[in-house]
Amino acid sequence: MGASLKDIKRQSIAVDKTRQITRAMNMVAASKLKAAQSKMENFRPYADKIMDVFDSLAGRVTSTTNPLLAVREPRRIRVIMMTSDRGLCGGFNANIIKEVEKFTKEKTAEGKEVSLIAVGKKGRDPFRKKVKIAGEHIDQLSRFDISLAAGIAGEAVPPFVAEEYDELYLCYNEFRSVASQKPRMIRLLPASSVGSDEGEPESTVDYIYEPSEEELLAHIIPLYLRVLIYRGLLETSAGEHGARMVAMDNARSSCEDMLQSLTRQFNRARQAAITAELMDIVGGTEALSAG
Amino acid sequence: MADQLMLEIVTPEKLAFSDVVEEVTLSGSEGEFGVLIGHAPLLSSIKFGELNYTKDSKKTYWFAGDGYAEITNLKATVLVESIEEAKSIIGEEAQKTRESVEAQLAGMDKDDPDYERVKKTLGRAEARLKVAEKV
Repeated sequence: MGASLKDIKRQSIAVDKTRQITRAMNMVAASKLKAAQSKMENFRPYADKIMDVFDSLAGRVTSTTNPLLAVREPRRIRVIMMTSDRGLCGGFNANIIKEVEKFTKEKTAEGKEVSLIAVGKKGRDPFRKKVKIAGEHIDQLSRFDISLAAGIAGEAVPPFVAEEYDELYLCYNEFRSVASQKPRMIRLLPASSVGSDEGEPESTVDYIYEPSEEELLAHIIPLYLRVLIYRGLLETSAGEHGARMVAMDNARSSCEDMLQSLTRQFNRARQAAITAELMDIVGGTEALSAG
Repeated sequence: MADQLMLEIVTPEKLAFSDVVEEVTLSGSEGEFGVLIGHAPLLSSIKFGELNYTKDSKKTYWFAGDGYAEITNLKATVLVESIEEAKSIIGEEAQKTRESVEAQLAGMDKDDPDYERVKKTLGRAEARLKVAEKV
């Protein structure tokens, strides 16, 4: 019974404030999640279609005249790593960092060189001293559109063409549900239709291509990259809010548990104080009457 | 009406349009082309500019950004970066945009790395204005 009544009271007020904050943050995250999720859903038809077109084209064009399809011995690897700018979202960022760390370790062990393009502050900071950061996009996830993806792609593509690095990967949290995000590592460059998930392109229609297949493909690869990056950004943003919602919900229920135990402690301490006081009075009167 | 084809216009933000129409006219990178039902399967890139469709014998004009069109015999899918209905473009505002881009371009050196990009923006602003004037 170390803490005094006052101490316990003060502590429980603090915990209650934290509980209110976590509740507010949970609600903010929920509304942001809703917006991010609808953005993600609205983007899906466009993304799916672009992927389809890319797949059907990439499957046809076999010549490697396009510099973005050039397969080289992967000695230098670049990774676009997507995390959030803010913390308090559970293991959301830690999972990505772990994934990238593992990847970096593996590749370095094979004698390859890894550099990063960091999107989001939480991912950049732990790597700042370990790995070369080729580019960073910080504090932009709170509000973005496809031009951010275009910017990232625009920064990543020229060095690839100039052969400054040989492979480009993208690592982000795949949005599976509000409560579940899973780190996912995909290869962006050299671009290949194998990289996309939905296996067989169902359409085997013989299209007329205008302009030629190669030219179309040259147009669509940058677009395809932009689409993949944008999808990554959207899923990261939705995932961040989802993860924060869950984290805040957990924090709130922990706060409630703590409050309960503090209240119990407080009552017990108060009861003990009353008992001690009563004992004193009783002891005093007994002493008086005895005297 | 039997001779209608399905037109879908998709942008990164949303499914902008989805309905049956009689005819669509697109500005392809190789020139403008019209699509009716039963068109041969075609995959074409789209250059920014006018897009119009005819429904109930009435033409509606849009201004579309760069993108692609996938055409099968029953359906035309247009994938563009952006789309704006000509009605909703305010003529004065489009004019102003064009002028400001023009002024920016005039003040630039030809060797400037941004020159080409701004020039393209000007082309886009001009095309947008032209579409706006069609209404």
